[in-house]
Amino acid sequence: MARSVSPRRKLINTTAAWAIGLLIFFPILWTILTSFKTEAQAIAAPPIFLGFDWTLENYRVVLERSDYARFLWNSIIIAGLSTVLGCLIAIPAAWSMAFVPSKRTKDILLWMLSTKMLPAVGVLYPIYLLFIQLGLLDSRAGLVVVLMLINLPIIVWMLYTYFKEIPGEILEAARMDGATLGQELLYVLTPMAIPGIASTLLLNFILAWNEAFWTLNLTAVNAAPLTAFIASYSSPEGLFFAKLSAASTMAIAPILILGWFSQKQLVRGLTFGAVK
Amino acid sequence: MGQIQLKQVTKSFGDVQVIPPLDLTIQDGEFTVFVGPSGCGKSTLLRLIAGLEDISSGHIEIDGKDATALVPAKRGLAMVFQSYALYPHMSVRKNIAFPLRMAKMDQAEIDRRVNAAAEVLNLAAYIDRRPGQLSGGQRQRVAIGRAIVREPSAFLFDEPLSNLDAALRVGMRMEISELHKKLATTMVYVTHDQVEAMTMADKIVVLQAGVIEQVGSPLELYRKPRNKFVAGFIGSPKMNFVEGEYAAQHGGHTIGVRPEHIDVVESGGIWQGTVGVAEHLGSDTFFHIHNTGLTDTITVRAIGDVNLRHGDTIHLNPRINEMHKFDAQGLRID
Repeated sequence: MARSVSPRRKLINTTAAWAIGLLIFFPILWTILTSFKTEAQAIAAPPIFLGFDWTLENYRVVLERSDYARFLWNSIIIAGLSTVLGCLIAIPAAWSMAFVPSKRTKDILLWMLSTKMLPAVGVLYPIYLLFIQLGLLDSRAGLVVVLMLINLPIIVWMLYTYFKEIPGEILEAARMDGATLGQELLYVLTPMAIPGIASTLLLNFILAWNEAFWTLNLTAVNAAPLTAFIASYSSPEGLFFAKLSAASTMAIAPILILGWFSQKQLVRGLTFGAVK
Repeated sequence: MGQIQLKQVTKSFGDVQVIPPLDLTIQDGEFTVFVGPSGCGKSTLLRLIAGLEDISSGHIEIDGKDATALVPAKRGLAMVFQSYALYPHMSVRKNIAFPLRMAKMDQAEIDRRVNAAAEVLNLAAYIDRRPGQLSGGQRQRVAIGRAIVREPSAFLFDEPLSNLDAALRVGMRMEISELHKKLATTMVYVTHDQVEAMTMADKIVVLQAGVIEQVGSPLELYRKPRNKFVAGFIGSPKMNFVEGEYAAQHGGHTIGVRPEHIDVVESGGIWQGTVGVAEHLGSDTFFHIHNTGLTDTITVRAIGDVNLRHGDTIHLNPRINEMHKFDAQGLRID
């Protein structure tokens, strides 16, 4: 029997849901609004919500002062390549854990996840030294590798849970049909896991895009992505909240748009297997 | 050609030996059925032949060549799975063509074989659909199509009909039997359903706990079961077993009589009891009879519709010459 919901109950639920949604979205909304204010209005007390003089001045200044395109390009390269590379390593890894598990598989999965519990700053020093030794400081290649490695546990975990949903008999059928291991992964497993792989790619692209600790510490100019672009506007000696907001809005806009258009895919991927 | 020989094959999972040393020869062109209760190792045995599981010791020979170390694809066998195991993202055509594509066959030959298989299996109308748009029976045919295009030396079937409803199962049973007659290729078929085994097999292999209890033609197994297990497993309804004084009188520890070998008589039967449940099938009536003083329940098959109801007294005459005798170990006495 379907549960009956009274209209009053429905109204309360809807209001609560919207309230929570707006609460979560508010900081982003405020950033976007501030980016259209003058510097004075941006720090006005009490704060001005909508009744300010809308201006594009901040965007003009920010675009004039910094090379947005270069930061954007770096972000795309670093987030994109680290995600793709991560998937190329994680698909076979997740395959073996899902379909030919050993006694230690669960332990390995947990151990991989435990690396995410380590505060990143704990390994900053050794990694920084390694980067100096290998000449990787301020290089996109270095960042691609580091971001790929820190996101790898999550990619493997997500793919592992998706792959677990795929009946092993189908892969066995492929083996009987003469598929090599590579062909089995390419023609059978990957196409079947497309929704899961897509949402994994997407989530990791977002994580890599927003990653600030490593991108700020390991880059200066050449490889600096949009996180560095934002940081360059948070100067301690001046009040540039409006420009900082404009820079932030420009940095998150691409990923926000990507997320908006792919939200269906993202939600489907994240709940994949929960409902058949 | 498709002769399969198992020589001293064993299989262990960890410390548990599921198949103790086992020898079996499946002749070329034979329809062999592995039958047994669930967990008896019949599917494991099939997967060992397929190469989907590695054997723990022993040898598997296919057409006289050692195939023990070969990967599944190199054994020249095709398998039909219980869940059909179709590729859900491919059309029927692509599903059937998949093994040929993997074998790098040229496109013209692939098309020819796929079309021929679709024709044989009545799949032509669905050839561009995906498995999700097909019924259970159609999916099963696609799975069979995928197996036959490879022209394998033997087919392996792992409980292929258990996901189908009863009516469809009977139909598919006939289709597979006809396919076997047409192709004359070795088929190894796993089922827990003794009716499937009896109706389809040239040779039945009865398994229990990984051990072969008996190998023989359906009628051999029916007429001369080697032990009580086979006697009870083959035949429907199950054979009645009577122990004690009555059995001793006839020179056995246990006497087995099939329900169809007990005649219902008006009066003065050798056995009598009261009717419990009566199953009226129209063509036959099965009576489950209590209070015979022999064993809990005696099952009897009467031809046609016999008008006896719950609680009625029934008189029975077992056919002495159709009785099976077993010793204390459950082995047949001739």
